[in-house]
Amino acid sequence: MDNSPSADDAPTSADAPQPAATGSGLADPALHLDTPTRAGRREIPEQPKDPVMLLRDVAVYYGGFRAVKDVNLDFGRREITALIGPSGCGKSTVLRCLNRMNDLVRGARVAGSITYHDQDLYGPKVDPIVVRRSIGMVFQKPNPFPKSIYDNIAYGPRVTGMKPGSMDELVEQALRGAALWDEVKDKLKQNAYSLSGGQQQRLCIARCIAVNPDVILMDEPCSALDPIATARIEDLMIELADRYTIIIVTHNMQQAARVADRTAFFTAEADATTGERTGLLVEYDRTGAMFHNPRDRRTEDYISGRFG
Amino acid sequence: MSTTQTTGVEDPAVAEATSHADLTAGQRSIKDVLFYVGMLASLGIAFTALVALIALMLVQGWPRLNLDLITHFPSSIPARAGAESAVLGSIWVVGFTALFTIPLGVAAAVYLEEFADKQRWYNRLIELNIQNLAAVPSIVYGILGLGLIVQAAGLGQVVLAASLTLTLLVLPTVIIAAREAIRAVPDSIRAGSLALGATQWQTVWRQVLPASVPGIATGVILALSRAIGEAAPLVLLGGLTFIQFNPSGLDSPFTVLPIQIFNWVSRPQDEFEVLAAAAGVVLLVILLAMNSIAILVRNRFQRRW
Repeated sequence: MDNSPSADDAPTSADAPQPAATGSGLADPALHLDTPTRAGRREIPEQPKDPVMLLRDVAVYYGGFRAVKDVNLDFGRREITALIGPSGCGKSTVLRCLNRMNDLVRGARVAGSITYHDQDLYGPKVDPIVVRRSIGMVFQKPNPFPKSIYDNIAYGPRVTGMKPGSMDELVEQALRGAALWDEVKDKLKQNAYSLSGGQQQRLCIARCIAVNPDVILMDEPCSALDPIATARIEDLMIELADRYTIIIVTHNMQQAARVADRTAFFTAEADATTGERTGLLVEYDRTGAMFHNPRDRRTEDYISGRFG
Repeated sequence: MSTTQTTGVEDPAVAEATSHADLTAGQRSIKDVLFYVGMLASLGIAFTALVALIALMLVQGWPRLNLDLITHFPSSIPARAGAESAVLGSIWVVGFTALFTIPLGVAAAVYLEEFADKQRWYNRLIELNIQNLAAVPSIVYGILGLGLIVQAAGLGQVVLAASLTLTLLVLPTVIIAAREAIRAVPDSIRAGSLALGATQWQTVWRQVLPASVPGIATGVILALSRAIGEAAPLVLLGGLTFIQFNPSGLDSPFTVLPIQIFNWVSRPQDEFEVLAAAAGVVLLVILLAMNSIAILVRNRFQRRW
């Protein structure tokens, strides 16, 4: 990690040993570059084994506008995959296709194939409501419901018709899973908006895992949070990857370096004739490999901070 | 600044320093004060008019402001006349208007905001129509009610006909207010609900509607306040002025407070004018009570994002 170009851009204080950075997760996130990353701790096979999702030649259109094209990706089971790239490269668009949230955008259309557990995600008999019960999502800005903390967690199980033996227990488990239980156990009846931004985002993660999903999509989950809250969410993501497949969109390359097992780099290029900018997948590799020796010139330029 | 640079005599840096040194507002402060006074004056005029109106009615109606007013039926002898049947008539008519308006108005607003495809011509036509209908004079609704509800549907000049007519009258207002309230619920709430696997219907019913209750309640009360003060369309419908019994059902003949007040004012005896003023105070008290319910509901359901 130390040789990665992104580490060179980090503040010099990152070079000094910072014991506080490990464990507590309360240090400046830049310091995390020196702490063992998940990618460093775990053996990542060269190709995703037993992939949960396969994307083949995926392109997304909004009306006549092609937002992104040529996306071929395999998402490994219980891995963290980061989608990175400059603004407008289509990474969030791709993410929203994976649980059919793009269906809500009028005129959105997906070409190519997205396969989830050997089923075509866009097959005619597939119900997007059912898809979203298996593939949860955490949004850019924390969006708790204007209800109590308890009801925020219980909402998903209630609407999906889950019949837990004890709802109280399910709520506790979800909150523990999102590392929030100790902070809120005495105020479960309080409105979720009384929590801080970072707590709200962890509440949203707890809400998501309460319905027991298979895959969790995260759309820049830390972009509205301060460095301390960001570090806690990143620690949480690494814990959650023991049980869930996580796909995260991030603007923050250090974040991808810290948490992701694999990274997909997207960029946007203007069409030679129409001048229309379309996003495309440039490179997909294990995070360490991509940050140490990118194969594509465009990836190298981006991660060394030459554009974007 | 440009002159200092062209003459070259003054050092621009010095000029800049002096302009930064003067921190008083200069001309702007006078405008600010004028604007502030103007705002206070507008508020004062509105407030004074309201207070004057209430004071005038209180003073004029004071001799007859007692329980007799709402426990006696109308009479041609001023000393014995009361507005019991009118007060109860108003409550019946507006009560049923609320019963019809709230579900219809909210359902229409939910359809238009959450389900309607705004590209379709018929949805755009409905929207345009609702906005226009809100501006139609109430007397026109009276004509409609008379022709359609009283005569064509054969309901007769009864409480139900009055409620239905007032429902038509206030429905556009309620729909517009409910749409505003529904639109004010952030999309992130809908996305959060849908991403958990909730259906669109569950999202509307469990997230969007509860979150828009305060706005809807405000709109409903404003609309009903308008309905309770209406005399014109009900006069057309045949709201009577001399009803010696209380409404007992949807098929009862009826009168309402505004009609009773109008009737008393137009009588020659001075005593009836006193009665009219007193009945006006009663009408205001009912309005005030309705508004406080709205404020209670709003505070109870208050949300912040």
